[in-house]
Amino acid sequence: MCEVKVITGTSAAAEAAKLADVDVIAAYPITPQTTCVEKLAEFVANGELDAEYIKVESEHSAMSACIGAAATGARTFTATASQGLALMHEMLFIASGMRLPIVMMVANRALSAPINIWNDHQDSIAERDTGWIQIYAEDNQETLDSIIQAYKIAENENVLLPVMVCLDGFILTHTVEPVIIPKAERVRDFLGVYEPKHAYLDPDRPITQGPVGVPDCYMETRKQLEDAIERSKRVIKDVNAEFAELFNRKYGNGLVEAYNLDNADTVLVAMGTVCGTIKYVIDQLKKEGKNVGLLRIRTFRPFPKEDIKDLLKEVDNIAVLDKNVSFGFNKGALGIEMSSILKNKKVCNYIVGLGGRDIKIEDIKKIISHVEKAEDDETMWIGLKE
Amino acid sequence: MVTIAAIIYEPGNSIRNKTGTWRTFKPILDVEKCVKCENCYIFCPEGAIQEDENGNFKIDYDYCKGCLICMNECPVNAITKVREEK
Ligand code: SF4
Ligand code: SF4
Repeated sequence: MCEVKVITGTSAAAEAAKLADVDVIAAYPITPQTTCVEKLAEFVANGELDAEYIKVESEHSAMSACIGAAATGARTFTATASQGLALMHEMLFIASGMRLPIVMMVANRALSAPINIWNDHQDSIAERDTGWIQIYAEDNQETLDSIIQAYKIAENENVLLPVMVCLDGFILTHTVEPVIIPKAERVRDFLGVYEPKHAYLDPDRPITQGPVGVPDCYMETRKQLEDAIERSKRVIKDVNAEFAELFNRKYGNGLVEAYNLDNADTVLVAMGTVCGTIKYVIDQLKKEGKNVGLLRIRTFRPFPKEDIKDLLKEVDNIAVLDKNVSFGFNKGALGIEMSSILKNKKVCNYIVGLGGRDIKIEDIKKIISHVEKAEDDETMWIGLKE
Repeated sequence: MVTIAAIIYEPGNSIRNKTGTWRTFKPILDVEKCVKCENCYIFCPEGAIQEDENGNFKIDYDYCKGCLICMNECPVNAITKVREEK
């Protein structure tokens, strides 16, 4: 049996870290992540979770402490957002380069300046190339489930990479939803005990981690990392399927989720909570006899190229929504990736919801009617004031 | 074969992994000019300078990284540099 709690996304993330029975948490509070690490502090303080809680003076230190802890063989968790994630930037490369299976919750928030605490995806997208796996959740339940899955993916011997689970700031972090909390024993059975073979602290087996990688060997380590993140695609799918069997919930095939794709000639492609609004619009249009589909990208890294190509092969109009922008190219990251893999198709890019700007039902409808008439490769900013 | 994350699993591996492969300049020690003050021996960050059985100082090029600190520290200019030939 399980329990249902009506909780926020950050509480769901904290519950997940508790269920994963983490050994070390190092964190610095930053809006809108704070309530997650506050909850975890409470769990540790009242004895519900037996973990080392390291209070640090910055996010750079939080990630450094997680790296140190993970290098000893501990299961490690942290959480951050926006400027905090940016401050971790250099340590993110070290975590992935040292192949440490750290799991982190990212409460997606816009970057300054101007100071903005509301949601978009610019923060985690900016960390695209750090070698971390990135999962984008659509709701609070998926946040909890994804963090549990993330440990199983990260710790898989064919992967050994850190994972960030991203949830939209405020839209999920501060909104309550009923969330099913699985029984701790069942999660323990699913995850098992983390027993690192490559990186752990043992005085009887002295090893050097994070050594100098001279030109003689550096490139090989980078190729190993690329191969590992490529292999993670299979692992993410398997973990999603195994999770579905045990807990009766699944998220597409783990990498992508198809919604009403059969026979749709117009398809929207997006990540995170906006997919909920898109699904609502799709259902409405369906009643009016119009067939529009959604392809939700759950993992932005590894990028599910093969699944996307396969699922969109019959589709004429592809509208990609991005809550981020690559300045100087006037497209979002997802739009750029989609154009690069779907060369003979019409792919248009829509920049939406920056800094918490609402994405309304009318906006989604406007995108659908625009892409149907548009030329290939158009970019449009949606919701701008005149 | 490079191990995962280039982790080094056995101690003393520097016997196998020479660190003097990426030198641009090579220090040359002229034993005739040397006054045996030990400055280079003390300052070399790699411990690449040793005293041989005759009491002369000698550079171990397997581990010298070519930083030329020794050259700068030598009071009698007994150490000079040449470009490393690869
Ligand atoms: S060049 Fe640098 S490393 Fe080489 S012997 Fe001189 S001080 Fe030592
Ligand atoms: S510093 Fe110069 S003089 Fe002194 S021991 Fe070295 S080479 Fe000889």
